[in-house]
Amino acid sequence: MITHPFTYQAPSTLEEAVEELGRSGDSKVIAGGHSLLPLMKLGLAQPEALIDLRRIASLRAIRTESDGTIVIGALTTHRDIAHDPIVRAKLPALAEAAGAVGDLQVRARGTIGGSIAHADPAADEPAPALAYDATIRAVGPKGRRDIRASDYFKGTFETALADDEIIAEVRFPAPAGRSGSAYEKFAHPASGFAITGVAALVTLKADGGIERAAIGVTGAAAAAYRATAAEKALAGTNGDAKAIAAAAAKASDGIAALSDLAASSDYRKHLVTVFAKRAILRAVTRARA
Amino acid sequence: MGHTVTLTVNGTSYTREIEPTLLLVELLRETLSLTGTHVGCDTSQCGACTVLVDGRATKACTMLAVQADGATVITVEGLAKNSEMHPIQRAFAKEHALQCGFCTPGLMITAVDFLERNASPSDAEIRHAIEGNLCRCTGYHNIVNAIRSASAEMRQTAGVRPKVAAEVNR
Repeated sequence: MITHPFTYQAPSTLEEAVEELGRSGDSKVIAGGHSLLPLMKLGLAQPEALIDLRRIASLRAIRTESDGTIVIGALTTHRDIAHDPIVRAKLPALAEAAGAVGDLQVRARGTIGGSIAHADPAADEPAPALAYDATIRAVGPKGRRDIRASDYFKGTFETALADDEIIAEVRFPAPAGRSGSAYEKFAHPASGFAITGVAALVTLKADGGIERAAIGVTGAAAAAYRATAAEKALAGTNGDAKAIAAAAAKASDGIAALSDLAASSDYRKHLVTVFAKRAILRAVTRARA
Repeated sequence: MGHTVTLTVNGTSYTREIEPTLLLVELLRETLSLTGTHVGCDTSQCGACTVLVDGRATKACTMLAVQADGATVITVEGLAKNSEMHPIQRAFAKEHALQCGFCTPGLMITAVDFLERNASPSDAEIRHAIEGNLCRCTGYHNIVNAIRSASAEMRQTAGVRPKVAAEVNR
């Protein structure tokens, strides 16, 4: 039950939606509603106006641009991302993360734009967005703006998105060269949220060693982050089990790990290293296949 | 400010004047008197309110009724056709997949969406599919048995019986 009254509209273009968003200081954008509506029921969010993006069909699509960039419209559901053949082939860590969100019903309506905008510290899709070095394209009254994922996640529910901006799409550069990627998650048994989720992308040298690694971690800290110490430790190694374990051990370096009933901060840091190891191992295996 | 919404529920078109705060599950139960869809938690965790919206299993407590304007909704009342139960309904009865029955409508709707996209699921896939539906008395064993049993019957009649969860893109 929602008791706080609000006005509702569903404009048919993104420009209209941006205009409406600027009209009231206390309006919220809604897509799948799977983060916002629970907050409204609890009274934690009490917007005066809801602007529903559902009629803006152009935001509900996955397309590949001429340079190989895979563009995912903000309204694309987790279910559609998880089942998309291009995403599964080119961005398997994203497909796996989308397929691991919540449950079947949540995936059917929840969207990537909503997940990225809401920025729950335990959301799945921020991890692959970081590992693939995705760009969040936001549209506001001054036009469009591209924000790198590594500059985007600022804190718990805090992002670089301005109040008057709407996410239009999330842009994933196609991984170059001989590369492989994977997502590994330790899910909270009741909520399905990530206690720890790690997306790893590795690129191989001609001799099969690791040229470069990118690792995105969610669930462990106030905001999803790039595990740069682990990335550096892995680059230049031969990518064997020992090198992967040594790099993964650095995946929680320097973070202030969250602590709650599900996992203490020490345990969470341990989980990050374990799931980083699993994600890197599968990414390397895929790159070599 | 009231909004006029028109939606199709179990094949019947309804037009109603509603407030934006009204949830889809409240529209179904309280405005349209379709009380087969249950409210367990009202926090999108238990799945008792699951209905098909444009062919997708959806927690009707986590969707505004105004968002369903133009949608095609199937509730548990829409599973049987011409007084003949859907295979999932027969399977739940045959396999004793319910005791109190509170979670049953949501579980059956989730199962229909799942089985119409995955005709031969493994038990692990079935358990993964029903993660968003909580049962507090039967236990999941017989529910998994029922969904497996229904999948066998649905495979045999595929092509004869139209899909319930045919996806609609709006």
